[in-house]
Amino acid sequence: MTTTASRPGAKPRAAIAARTLRTDRWWVPPLGIAAILLFFIAYATVRIFMAKWYFVPEHNYLTPLYSPCVAENCVPGSSHFGTWLPALPFFIPLGIIAFPIVAGFRVTCYYYRKSGYRSLWASPQACAVKEPHTKYTGETRFPLIFMNAHRYFWYLAFAVLLINFYDAALGFKGTDGGFGIGLGTVIIWVNVLALAGYTLSCHVCRHITGGRLKHFSKHPLRYKFWTFVSKLNAKHGTYAMTSLFTVILTDAYIMAVSAGWFSDLRFIN
Amino acid sequence: MGSTRKFRVWRGDENGGDLQDFQVEVNEGEVVLDVIHRLQATQTPDLACRWNCKAGKCGSCSMEINGMPKLGCMTRMSTFTEDETVTITPLRTFPVIRDLVTDVSYNYEKARETPAFAPPAGVAPGDYRMQQVDVERSQEFRKCIECFLCQNTCHVVRDHEENKPEFSGPRYFIRAAELDMHPLDAKTDRKEYAQASMGMGYCNITKCCTEVCPEHIKITDNAIIPMKERVIDRKFDPLVWLGRKILRRDQLNGQGQGLDAPSGKPAGVTGHAKGVGPTSARLPEPPDLQEDGKLALTEITFDRPAAPSPFGEDVSFPMRGTSYVHPDRQRETSPEDEGTQAH
Ligand code: SF4
Ligand code: SF4
Ligand code: FES
Repeated sequence: MTTTASRPGAKPRAAIAARTLRTDRWWVPPLGIAAILLFFIAYATVRIFMAKWYFVPEHNYLTPLYSPCVAENCVPGSSHFGTWLPALPFFIPLGIIAFPIVAGFRVTCYYYRKSGYRSLWASPQACAVKEPHTKYTGETRFPLIFMNAHRYFWYLAFAVLLINFYDAALGFKGTDGGFGIGLGTVIIWVNVLALAGYTLSCHVCRHITGGRLKHFSKHPLRYKFWTFVSKLNAKHGTYAMTSLFTVILTDAYIMAVSAGWFSDLRFIN
Repeated sequence: MGSTRKFRVWRGDENGGDLQDFQVEVNEGEVVLDVIHRLQATQTPDLACRWNCKAGKCGSCSMEINGMPKLGCMTRMSTFTEDETVTITPLRTFPVIRDLVTDVSYNYEKARETPAFAPPAGVAPGDYRMQQVDVERSQEFRKCIECFLCQNTCHVVRDHEENKPEFSGPRYFIRAAELDMHPLDAKTDRKEYAQASMGMGYCNITKCCTEVCPEHIKITDNAIIPMKERVIDRKFDPLVWLGRKILRRDQLNGQGQGLDAPSGKPAGVTGHAKGVGPTSARLPEPPDLQEDGKLALTEITFDRPAAPSPFGEDVSFPMRGTSYVHPDRQRETSPEDEGTQAH
């Protein structure tokens, strides 16, 4: 009679057969998010195995999906941090150093966990909508208990962010080799700023800057940091989605310029 | 101004029930609870519904309106279109008693299992001093009106009755966070307790609790995630773990002083919420009887002014012997005299 799995001995709930009685279009957000996430996964998979069109030597544009590029077979000039890995076979992406880090960082992110569990795993799809799974153990055991590794991904992702900033600084290379700004430079900088917003607004960052303290009054400086990060944190989902799009945009732009589909629009030099 | 609108209200009890159609007059400015009251007054005098304050502050009138858990007294009829049929059902996570009234004992059992505030050693009651910045986080959680909408929405128990013994629910995660962030709480193992005995690992931070909370408490962002991070500090952070092993800090955490002893029962819906008589240590309290051993007919004829005092009947007010002095005022009188002078 009850609509949910019941426990022997439990008193009955109200006999309502409908999966949900919600009348709004609750399936729209999970569908939209699922489309975005699946598109990104497909796009990124294709791109990281492509092993070409990731670098524009004239202006030092390097796509974040391949940064840092440290293998022997990276395009000359794209290895801003040396080549200390041997030439990689085709099935290992050139961005092997950073890509697992940023992917792991996003998968274990508290915001993506929410959107992923809702849209891809239907657990639950929307509030007060019955989920299809008959059993549920949450993040209490293997493999989902590894979601708790978000902190270590954050430490590593922070290092990757610094590398991205370094790459972006190199992107101010003019046509004659001096200083210059093109549309690519602007796109790259918008992207690193979005990535910085995403990384700094992370719940882990909020915790380690001050959230773990019991007495803010004894740590006024960390309290200030925490207050700042808390403000960013309220918009964490926005940063997460924005930076997803800016990464795709940056990569697509660099791919297009590198492949010669169109040339970079130059503002200065 | 009034118009007649269509409603579907679930009526029944534990033996079954169904959605029944009604047409009720609705006037400007009314809320769903007004409609329930009009139904009771005009068509269904025996429709059962819990309510009390009609101001969104008592947490009694929790129900599901068009499938969403909401307070009946805070859901305006103006949020629906004139021709919309409004469906009203009881909370679906708890056993039904009758019509819109459910048995929410599960929540009270979980409340009883949650370790209470642990007073700091060496500070007398009345001598507690805290700074506003230190209590701010905890204060957010004190806004909770115990409507249990969050408990009802959480899919961990809503869709999986079998998780009830292990899972305390968002309302008790904010309680755990409130005390863990409390500047004077002396208990140091609340994080471990929340993970091991309250089932915090079941929460997959899908945020439905936050979505339905009528007090707009940021349950997930400000309580559950910080608590999960605090558990990670203790249990999953290799750097912290290594540091503690090397510095032997794990011995300094109040272990062996009784503070970290396991608190309460490990887990479980044990008594009324399980459908059996109470089995926990605390038995139901008998009603307060008159001197002649009988229940008072009315409060007016009762020989005591009101319900029994939580301080005991032999305490008179103002209490003597407390050491509270307002910090802005000078301590002119000795604590012993407080309460006898200038009141
Ligand atoms: S965020 Fe966690 S506690 Fe809140 S409703 Fe979702 S699963 Fe339940
Ligand atoms: S946290 Fe919010 S939703 Fe949950 S019981 Fe308290 S007031 Fe209600
Ligand atoms: S009647 Fe008190 S909260 Fe609705």
